[in-house]
Order: sequence, then structure tokens, then C-alpha cells
Amino acid sequence: MNPTKVKSIISLFGPFLALIVVYAIFGALNPRFFTADVALNILTQTVIVATAAIGMTLIIIAGGIDLSVASILALCGVIAAWLVARHVDPVLVFCGTIAFGAFCGFCNGSVTVWMKLMPFIVTLGTMQIFRGSAKVFTNGTPINLPPEVTTWKAWMGGSGLPHGVWLMLGLVIFFTLILRYTRFGRHIYAVGSNELTATLCGLPVARIKIFVYSIGGAMAGLAAIMNMAKSSQGDPTTAMGMELDIIAAVVIGGASLSGGEGSVLGALVGALLMTTIRNGCVMNGIPTPWTEVITGAIIVIAVIIDRLRHKRA
Amino acid sequence: MIQEKMPATARLSMQGIRKTFGPTIALGHVDLAVLPGEVHALVGENGAGKSTLMKVLSGAHSADEGVMFLDGVPYQPRNPLHARAQGVGMIYQELSIAPHLTVEENIVLGMEPMMGPFVNRKEMRNRAMEALAHFDHPDLQPNRLAGTLSVSAQQLIEIGRSLAMGCKLLVFDEPTSSLAQKDIERLFLLIDRLKAQGISIVYISHFLEEVKRLASRLTILRDGSAIATRDVASTSPEEIVSLMVGRDVNDLYPRSERMRGEPILEINQLAGKSKPQNASLTLHRGEVIGIAGLVGSGRTEFLRTLFGLDAVAAGEVKISDVISSNNSPAARWKQGIGMLSENRKEEGLALGLSIADNITLSSLDRLGRLGYVSPAEMKSRSARWIEKLGIKCQGPQQRIGALSGGNQQKAALARLLEHDVDVLLLDEPTRGIDIAAKARLYEAIDEIVADPVRPRSVIVISSYLPELFGICDRIAVMSRGVLTEAMPVHEITAEDVMRVATGKSDTLTHFSSL
Repeated sequence: MNPTKVKSIISLFGPFLALIVVYAIFGALNPRFFTADVALNILTQTVIVATAAIGMTLIIIAGGIDLSVASILALCGVIAAWLVARHVDPVLVFCGTIAFGAFCGFCNGSVTVWMKLMPFIVTLGTMQIFRGSAKVFTNGTPINLPPEVTTWKAWMGGSGLPHGVWLMLGLVIFFTLILRYTRFGRHIYAVGSNELTATLCGLPVARIKIFVYSIGGAMAGLAAIMNMAKSSQGDPTTAMGMELDIIAAVVIGGASLSGGEGSVLGALVGALLMTTIRNGCVMNGIPTPWTEVITGAIIVIAVIIDRLRHKRA
Repeated sequence: MIQEKMPATARLSMQGIRKTFGPTIALGHVDLAVLPGEVHALVGENGAGKSTLMKVLSGAHSADEGVMFLDGVPYQPRNPLHARAQGVGMIYQELSIAPHLTVEENIVLGMEPMMGPFVNRKEMRNRAMEALAHFDHPDLQPNRLAGTLSVSAQQLIEIGRSLAMGCKLLVFDEPTSSLAQKDIERLFLLIDRLKAQGISIVYISHFLEEVKRLASRLTILRDGSAIATRDVASTSPEEIVSLMVGRDVNDLYPRSERMRGEPILEINQLAGKSKPQNASLTLHRGEVIGIAGLVGSGRTEFLRTLFGLDAVAAGEVKISDVISSNNSPAARWKQGIGMLSENRKEEGLALGLSIADNITLSSLDRLGRLGYVSPAEMKSRSARWIEKLGIKCQGPQQRIGALSGGNQQKAALARLLEHDVDVLLLDEPTRGIDIAAKARLYEAIDEIVADPVRPRSVIVISSYLPELFGICDRIAVMSRGVLTEAMPVHEITAEDVMRVATGKSDTLTHFSSL
């Protein structure tokens, strides 16, 4: 096999391998870890971060960043809960929330592109704007779902695999195909790898970037619905600091923060890895602070491995 | 066994230097001797081993075999800083200046005079002033931010860094590549002065004119070996080139029978925001037009404006008799015009992506329907160009950043060929690539222009006149944003071109016919 192929396989399975190793270690420490219940738990707990991380992957591949993702998630969450509390049809709840998330992403993207600003700064600002708006909207108190509405339970709980897990897996496959096999997907990589080249080659760079931020927002909206389904409420203070988990998942999954590299499958594995560590630590009675230490170490190691991989290339 | 002989007078003596990277032999067995107060030129194609040799000299690489002496004393630099402390300073092609630090901070960078835990600012100022005294450059104030200075002044900071350490040997790696003409002359005068002070200089350059102007001796490297060391005065340029290339260079510029067809691109008094000011040109099918001119004359801006990368301020562009003056690069590609940027690394290629991605980037919609991109199709189309242009790589999926400059440039040209454009706008297509890759590009250009079924047309910018005369049918000169009429190459000479380029004449005609 030629070295290029070997390298691409390693970069695809590297995080996957790490996941298996971590899973095996915790299983060895505590055989109860290998039960289906635990696996189901891990999958379900990953849904929210992973869904948002899919959108973030696209943004990061295109050379951008969205720090406001958790705030969009909170804002979309209260809007979704507000709609549900008004007994709006679930399909419309989905559409409305996702559309609103996409609108938030569109704002991030268009300000970044048209004003030629750093996305880091723009989304640092909108992070506060969206979070604040969520609090203003609800007067700072969570909107609880009416107890008689039970449609949403099955999305993040119930018996068997919740709908949310299927949705997450479906989205990963969908966006993997988009990124690999469509012109739009290849354009995202090109813009992130070298924006000037993309311009020279006649790519609609501004449109691509804005579209990518909009998708990022839409995915945050979807994640918000899952979050609402899980907690049965729309809380404006939910998902505080989750943007870092989301970005970490994308980076562990092999994306480069300078753009041009990354995969949604990797992001999913990155998100699963973090949940696995959290669950494994709890089950083995490792104190929570250690969970943070271990997760942090994994992030740093992922970046170091990435660095070494590039050096050899 | 290495013989430890050494001329008693040599400033630097490198003996039997060998360096390998895995299976690649970068340097076979190289000897180099530089005398005190001598400018010694080092020439050779890209990949001949010049950079590796200089990295060994500066301590960035350590040699596998061989010894070095500095003024007769064994010299083993651990790293570039250590080399500088021992008296060997490097001035890199890509300047290593910290733009947010001041001139003086840059000069003492890494060797700051200390007073306890603090930088001794007075001593730093003294050392900087001493180094700056060599230059007599008005902009070089010690407390000015380096980032606010011109490229040529930044280069002087870099030189000052070495002089502040009392270096006896300076290595210049292609120092003129980013300088304007008047700064080049100033640099040459400085090198003359340094030489007169007894400082030895190793001068790496692609330009034989510079070597002639500055150096007393030159060493030619080829395939990791020192082929010959000659006196510059008694060696002809032809001899140097054939020693560099290892073969005759007469058939470098192929020229098939070309059929000039109808006008395909008509440009009338095109002007951009600042440059070009006035450019008119008619390009026919099956024709290569060269744009000569100095760096900064507006040549690049002309192509960029034409291609829609810069805004059009005035004038008209007609493509196959249809007026289309102001348009985006996307539209230009659709109209059958493609552009190759002079800035391969920063603009021309997405270095992190694969060869296949780069070749097909502008024409992805042809690789499948409804936005689908077929990886198999992408691979096979790229593989065709890899074979046709002789791109040395592991395969279409390899990252393009891992290729050599020449092979990267072939891939950049392949993008235009894959898009199958009628008009190719090439900005310095052969800058910084080796002669074999150049020959391949010239062949490819000749082939598409002389295509009997569908001859393409080319506008090419180059600073290297022999190349323009070799590949073009007509040449126009850009001078201060104004483009002259394009003249057939057999009616003019390089001197005529230079006279217009340097502003000594306004029209491009042969001197004797005036």
C-alpha cells in the first residue's frame, strides 16, 4: 500500500483507536462497563455535543470558528420550548428551531465575511448576544414543557435506542458524504486550506463561508431540540461552556484549527471519547476533577499526534 | 579517509561534506573553500544541494561526514545561533524579522546583552548603532518597529544582526529575489564595502548577472556534488549553465509550427485602481505574448485586473468579440480564461490538499452531476496530468505541499489544462523552479499553443528575458503601469526591452531603426 493511503487511514482511525483503547481500559477496570446499558448511555449523552460538533466541523474545515454555538443552542432551546408550550406541531417546532439556528449562524457568517472580521472575535460577541437574548426572552427562568406533551421523550430516552442517536448517526453519514463527494464539500476544504487559491479558482468564497456558518447554526438548533427533549425544558442558562466541548470534539477528531482538515466522523468519535471518559470515571469511582484532567490531556495528546503526523508528511 | 589539507589562508574550508535524508543523498562529497574578503558564489539548480550545504554551514543540519574549519580552527556549529556566535551569519531568502519588535531588538535578538535579569538597553543601543553604521539608511532608526520598514530595510536588519556579532563570514541566500532594482544596487554596494573590510561572503543566486557583478570565484553544485570551482572572470555564462544543468541548453525552448488565428482577447485601455494605468493588447489564437517589465511596474496587477481579481477602473475587455470588461474570476473561468498566480504558495495552491484536489479545484462540476464529485473521476483525470507533465509524486492523493516547487508548479499549470481554457494567463510560471521542470513547462505551453485542432493562447509574465524571447511570439513591456505595443520577438532585442522597462524609452522598437 502506498504511504499516502496508509496516512489517510491512520488519520481516520486514529481517534477511533483511541476510543476503543479507552473503552477497553475502563471495561478492564470494571466489567460492568461492557454492558449494553452503559453503551446506550454513552451514545445518548453524546448526541447533543456531537450534533453541534457536526456543524462546527464544517466551520472549522472552512477555516473559521464559532464560539457562540452553545449560546445559539440555549437560545434555540428556549424558543423550541416556547413553541412546544404553545402546542405547535412537532414538525413545525423542528423547522422553526432549526431555521432560527441557521439564522443565528447566518448572522455570524455574514458579519465575519462582509466586514472582514476575525470569526473568533465576532462569535465571542454574538456568544453574549445570543445568551443574553435567551435570558431576555424568558425573563431568566426556564420554560418547562407541559406535562401532558410526551412526544419528545422518545428523542432522548425511552426504551431501545432513542431517536436522537439515530438522528446523530444519520447526520454523520449525511455530512460525511456531503464533505467527500460533493462539490460544495470539496469547496469547504479548499476555502479552509487556502482562501486565496479558492478565489483564484473562481469559487464563491463568501457564499460558501456564510452557508457553512448557517449550517453550523442549524445544527446547534437541532442540538437544542435534543437538549430540550432530554431536560424537558428550555433553560436560557443551559450548555454553559459547551462550545469548548464541541470544539474539543472536532479537534480530537483530527481537524486542524487553521482549516482545510477534519471530518464529521472524527468529530463524532471525539465526542464519544469524551463521554466515555466521563462515564468510565464515574463508574470506577474516579472523582470528577480527574475526569477534567484526563479529558484535557486527551485533547493535548490529540493535537500533539496531529502535529507529528504533519511533520512526517 | 578524509584528507585534512587546507589552504593556510582560507576563511572557511568545508571538506568532504556528506548529508543524507533517509535514502536521499542531499550532499555526496562536497568541498568548498572561501578566502578572506572574497565573494564566493554558489550556483546550481534547485535541489542541487545549495540550501542543504548552507544549512550544514549554519548548524541547522549536522553533516553525516566531513569537517569544517573557520580560520584554520575546527568549526562545529550546534545551531544557527551558535554559528553566528562563532562568526558565521546567514541572511535568508525569507527574512526572519520579528515585525512587532524594534530594529535594535531585532538586531540583538537571541543575544541580548543582559544586566542581571534585565536587558541592558544601553548596551543594546550601542551594539545596534554600531551595526547600523554600516548601512547609512535613513529609515533604520534603532527604536522603530521592524514591521513598518520596507523589505530592503528589513534585510539590512538581518545583515546587521550578523555584523553586530562580528561575523567574518556572511551567507546570502538569493538576497535579491524580493528587492526592487534600486535596492539591489544598494545591496551590491554594501557587499562591496563588506568585502573591502575583509568579510568573506558566500553568495547564492540564480542570476548569473549578479554573480558576474559581485563574485570573484564561483562553485557549481549539481546533484549534491561540487562539480567545479572557477574564476568568474574567465568563465562564460554558457559554460556555467551547461555545468549546472549537465547538458546542452540549446533545445530548452521548443517551438513548433504555430498557426496564428483570429483575435480571442482584446483589451482596450484597461486601467485598475492604481495599476495598470493604460494597457491595450490583442491576443490571437495560437499565440504567446510575453509581458516584460520590472517588479512593481504593474505587470501582475494587469493580469489580476484582467482576470477579475482586482477591480477594473476603466477600459474594455472583449473575449471572442463579446464585451465583458468587469467580471469575477468565476465568470472568467467560464469564459475559458485561467490564471496561474505568481505566488504559488500563498495564492496558487491549497498546500494542505491533495494534488488531485488542486488540479480539479476550478472544474469540480465536471466530475459528476448535481453537485456530486466522483473521486474515481477526480483521480483518473489528475493521474493523466501527473503522467503527461511528469509530476514526481506518490500519487494523486498525496498532499501537494510535500512536492518540490517545480512539481507544484506543474500541478498548478495542470489545473488550467484540466479546465481546458482557451486563454492561459501565466504570472512568472517558472520562478524558483529547476531547469528540468522549466523545460517541461515550456514544452507543455508550446504543445497547447501549436495544437492543430484547437490552438490555445497564452499571456506570460516573466522577469527572465531569455525565457520570454524563447517562448513568446510577441513581447510587450509594462513600465509604470503603461503597456507598450506588443512587438514580434525577432524585431527586438533584450536591450530594447530593458530600455523601455527602465523608463529610458517609451516605445518598444529596435534601437537601430529609430
